[in-house]
Formats: sequence, C-alpha cells, structure tokens
Amino acid sequence: MTRTAFDRQLSEIQEDMLVMAGMVESAIERGIEALKERDVQLAHEIIADDLKINRKRYETEDKCLELIATQQPLAGDLRTIVSVLHITVDLERMGDHAEGIAKIALMLADEPPLKPYVDIPRMADVARGMLMDSLEAFKHRDTALAREVCNRDDEVDELYDKLYHELIGYMLKDPANIQRATYLIWVTHNLERIGDRVTNICERVVYLVEGHIQEMNVSKY
Amino acid sequence: MTEVRVRTRLTDSIQDPGTSAPMLAATAPTTAPRPIIDPPEQSVFGLSELSLWYGHKQAIADIGMKIPVNKVTALIGPSGCGKSTLLRCLNRMNDLITGVRITGSVRYRDQEIYAPHIDPVEVRRRIGMVFQKPNPFPKTIYDNVAFGARVNGYPGNMNELVEHSLRQAALWDEVKDDLKKSGLALSGGQQQRLCIARALAVEPDVILMDEPCSALDPIATLKIEDLLRDLVQQYTIVIVTHNMQQAARVSDYTAFMLMDEQGAGRLVEYGVTNEIFTNPRDRRTEDYITGRFG
Repeated sequence: MTRTAFDRQLSEIQEDMLVMAGMVESAIERGIEALKERDVQLAHEIIADDLKINRKRYETEDKCLELIATQQPLAGDLRTIVSVLHITVDLERMGDHAEGIAKIALMLADEPPLKPYVDIPRMADVARGMLMDSLEAFKHRDTALAREVCNRDDEVDELYDKLYHELIGYMLKDPANIQRATYLIWVTHNLERIGDRVTNICERVVYLVEGHIQEMNVSKY
Repeated sequence: MTEVRVRTRLTDSIQDPGTSAPMLAATAPTTAPRPIIDPPEQSVFGLSELSLWYGHKQAIADIGMKIPVNKVTALIGPSGCGKSTLLRCLNRMNDLITGVRITGSVRYRDQEIYAPHIDPVEVRRRIGMVFQKPNPFPKTIYDNVAFGARVNGYPGNMNELVEHSLRQAALWDEVKDDLKKSGLALSGGQQQRLCIARALAVEPDVILMDEPCSALDPIATLKIEDLLRDLVQQYTIVIVTHNMQQAARVSDYTAFMLMDEQGAGRLVEYGVTNEIFTNPRDRRTEDYITGRFG
C-alpha cells in the first residue's frame, strides 16, 4: 500500500524548503556583492526579495500544518514535517540577515571603502557553503555530512573574531573610521548568525534520521 | 527588479511533483531493529515463548513480553496478525474455542494461568474483558452491572457497588435516574461504558479491551479514551486497537505485531508509545504506522 497523494505533498514541502534555501543562499551572495561593488540597485533588490522569502516560509508552514491536521503523520513522516517547519524558520531568519547586509551596503554606498574586502567575502563563502551542504545533508539524510558542516562553523567564528579585532584596530587608529568599521562589524555579525543557523539545520537532519535532538556545535558567540 | 536566482545545485534533482515519484529520500532509514525491551515497571503479566494454534494453523508464534502494572499497553498490527488472539490468551478466553493448542508460558502475578490447577473462571474474574461490540445483557442497567457480583455471591452493599462501578465508568450521571431502564436502550457509547462498568463491578485487576471503540462515534470514542486514562490509576489495561491515533493517545506502551511468512503473528517491536510513534526502530513498524504497509 502506498500513500501517493500524501507522499507527493511531503515531497512538495521539502521542495519548497529547498527552493527557499536557494533564495536565501542567493541573497547572501548578492548581499556581499552589493557591499563590495557599492551597488545600490542590487541592495534594493535584495531587500525587496526578502519579502518573497518570507512569503515562501508562510506558504510552506501552511502546507505543513495542513498535512498535520489532515494526514495524522507519524514516525519519519512526522519528523520530516517538523524538520521542515523548523528549517524554514531558520532560513527565513537567514534571509533577514542577508537583508541586513544589503541595508548596510546602502549605508556604505556613498562612503569610500575602509579596506579591500577579502575576509568578509571569505566568511560569506564559508557560511554559504555550509548552508548548501546542510541542505545536501537533508536531501540525502546524511548525518555524517551534517556533523561535518557543523564543525565548519568554527571557521566562521574564527573569521568573525579576526575581523572584529581588525576593525576595532581601524577605529583606534582613526576615529573617522568608527562609523564604517561599526557597519562592517554588523555585516560580520550577520554572517556569524547565519553560520549558527546552519548548525540548527544540521541538528534537524540528525533529528530526522536518528529521532533525537542533539546540540552539535555550540557557537563561541 | 531581477528574479531571485535559484541555485540548481539544491534543486537539480527535483522533478515535477505532479508527474513523478517522490524524489527525496522518503523517510529516515531505520537502524537495527529495536530489541524487545520490557518496561521497567513491575509487571502483571510475563509471557514467554507463547504460541497458539487453531487446529493446524499457527496464529501466534513465540511471543515474549512483560506487561507493566497500572499502565495502558496497546497491541497494534494489521488484521490477522494475532493481536486479538494474544489478548485472549491473557485471560484464557481461547479455551472456549475448540481445536486450540497453546504452548509456552503466561504468568499472571507469578502464577502460570494455564497450570492444571488454575480455575479459568477465577482467571477471568481477575482479568476482565470488554469487547468490540457493546454487548449488554437484555436486562436493566442496574442488573447488568450487578450480574457478575451476584454470580460471585458478592457480600457487600449491591447499590453502592453498582453506583461505584457506574461512576468509575463515567456513566453514573447519565443513567442515575434510569437504572431500571434496559441496558439495550442506551446509545452505543453508553452501552460500551455500561459493559466497562459491568467488568469493573467484579473488582478485576486487569481489563482487556478488544477494539472497544470500533463501533462508536468519535465523541463516544473520546469519552472511552478519557475513561481509560482515569481507570489506569487503579487497573492495568491491555487494549487491541486498529486506530493508531488511539493507541498513540491512550497507551503508555505499544507492541507491534505482524504475520510472518507462515501467517503466524509475531511481536516485532515493543516499547514506550511515544518512541514507537515518533521514532520506530524497525522498518516494518515504520511502514505500518505511516500507512505504507502491504
């Protein structure tokens, strides 16, 4: 016996979640691009696109609630739906962090760059890579990959630490740098939070497969 | 405004859900089968190597489990998996069927209930039963409840016993002014609670329930389920149900049974209900409770 309609709906919520993850990943990438290139138009687009991410979250949530109410899901099905509900919340918040970066790009657009952007894009690349791989782990129910991704959050934290001290150094050197350096610390904070939220996704993958919640990498921040 | 770019890496294996099979791993792969771990509480029943044949047909095979005191234990599984047969072994109801042969052991409070010196009538007094279809006697409500106690020569105050039993079965308020009315005049849900009151009136230790709600509407079903949660403070309850949500709602422990290739029912997985319904260890349990069995 199969449950064709239910299986299709279960697939649909997971697809929605993956599409949403793609939107978030793109927002992070473009946020950094807008910052680097001082691209005001791109920054405005990211801010507008965040509404689409939010809308996707609520659409997916509605579908999940409908499945719970009408299909009485149990065991692996129930864990799948609960995981999608949690992960879409994390994705939506990551979208907000990307939007935050775009807003800072707007604030810095008329200012000369404080320094060449090297470590911030690197931090963003690590966080985006973690996000992509966490969703790969979800797709393939791969707990080993989920655990490995979690460990990569240390790299994000180290870059955060390094950039923080470097930017404080700029402030100490010249008070004229304070505003720009503060904005850039906000950017790194957004990226650091994205890394933390990816570890939440990884924890959900382990929950999905093994049935228990395990806190896997407690961030330094 | 440009369209948001969606990385194909995440979505490359996605097909049109309307035309294709699911493309994601359906559910978590299960790990090694959960060993059948007996509940840690003191047990009322201890079963070991229990098998039963109807003539040449083996109905259950090699069942070993302990049933804890003051808990609701649910037996679930597809039709024909032997769960009702197993339930009926617990108070020797199968003795009444010709051609039945039983091997193995059923110990009730450290007594072997199939030992030659044991009186099956006394077994059934201590281990009462409620059936699928409400089956009140064609007598008054009062006489239905008093029936067993009278047969047993109950020496106490019968009026008090009837009231106490009806209160325990959450029926008293609905029938207290109509005790002389026929039990058959009650609604299906009330009749089933009358049968529960009748079972309680002989002061049993254990109540076996064989799909007690399958003939009832959802409201009557919820009343019985609430009642079970109250009764378990005083009694041990074993319930067979086809309704998995019911098993999930009312039971503390759940046992999943399945027919083997020869058609005999076997215990596949037994554990805390919450675990069985959220994280079963055995693929067959997962398939059954998620509706993908067969």
